[in-house]
Amino acid sequence: MDALVAQLQMQFRDYTISLYQQGFLDDQFTELKKLQDDASPDFVAEVLSLFFEDCVKLIGNMARALDQKGTVDFNQVGASVHQLKGSSSSVGAKRVKGLCVSFKEFCEAKNYEGCVRCLQQVDIEYKTLQTKLQDMFNLEKQIIEAGGRVPQVDIN
Amino acid sequence: MPRDGGVSCLRRSEMIGIGIGELESPPLDSDQVHVLAVDDSLVDRIVIERLLRITSCKVTAVDSGWRALEFLGLDDDKASVEFDESTSFREVPVVIMSSENVLTRIDRCLEEGAEDFLLKPVKLADVKRLRNYLTRDVKVADGNKSKLPENLSNFSYPAPITPLPPPSTTAMESLDTNSRPLPPVDFVSSSPPSPIEYDDSLTTSPESLTSPVDSPMRRLEMRSPGLD
Repeated sequence: MDALVAQLQMQFRDYTISLYQQGFLDDQFTELKKLQDDASPDFVAEVLSLFFEDCVKLIGNMARALDQKGTVDFNQVGASVHQLKGSSSSVGAKRVKGLCVSFKEFCEAKNYEGCVRCLQQVDIEYKTLQTKLQDMFNLEKQIIEAGGRVPQVDIN
Repeated sequence: MPRDGGVSCLRRSEMIGIGIGELESPPLDSDQVHVLAVDDSLVDRIVIERLLRITSCKVTAVDSGWRALEFLGLDDDKASVEFDESTSFREVPVVIMSSENVLTRIDRCLEEGAEDFLLKPVKLADVKRLRNYLTRDVKVADGNKSKLPENLSNFSYPAPITPLPPPSTTAMESLDTNSRPLPPVDFVSSSPPSPIEYDDSLTTSPESLTSPVDSPMRRLEMRSPGLD
């Protein structure tokens, strides 16, 4: 069992590091992990789950607002983008946040095509992150089920 | 900073039973800080709630300035009559949170009486630092009780600063909202309480921006500008 645990732990470590290196996560995600402990072992997963629900809701709002061809209320789109930017920042979803920054600029410039492109990208991006994190949480689960502890990964 | 090991452990065991999303925590100890956190983002509310609980605060989280006033019992006409310059509400520290690192805005908040300003995303070190000077506030300020929960700290909404309950309470306001303006309660712009010194060693990376020379309030060390 120890060999399995060790292997899983190494996989987990490598995978986590890659998520940071590829820019999916930033140090705010690390901060969230600090808030997790034995008493609240699923804190990070739960917060991220709420975040992804937020993504669905806000992206829906943006899509609806952009759908009003010719009479798009860019302030309305921008308001949702701002919210998404905030929550992505709070959970360390670095790429999503980065996209929101550009998206916001397109809203301010009332650039329809730019906004539509960003909307598509942000949709892809949050789903990609969701999948990656699911894989990461699964690795954690496997480690625990194999009787091991999830290692603390030092990003730096 | 824990007052003593035993007390901290007690806090911990109180926190263990609290799940995510619950808005109320166990009864307050007399020297415990109660924080009212206001943010329209659920994700941010959950995170700040956890940050505060981990640093031994009792937390009530609400999603708007209106609800904050409601919670404080300041949401009707009667409240404005009772609230005036002499109330101990004005002693309550207000801390603003925002993702926007706009100096003029930050300064304005501080000039209007905000105790401190936290740049989002808020980190554990930020809250720990806050917690330290809140504790000092508790000790310094007189235990002036009111009908509201003791040591209530408010994290409320953008300027105008919400009038707040008894001393050693704190308000944290999240500015990134599109909420309606607060009702025309007669807000007093509280004169800044005596600047509280904080221990620099408690802060995180000291990337400071230039402070306005005359700002009477302690300036939070800002993280790198242009976060956006």
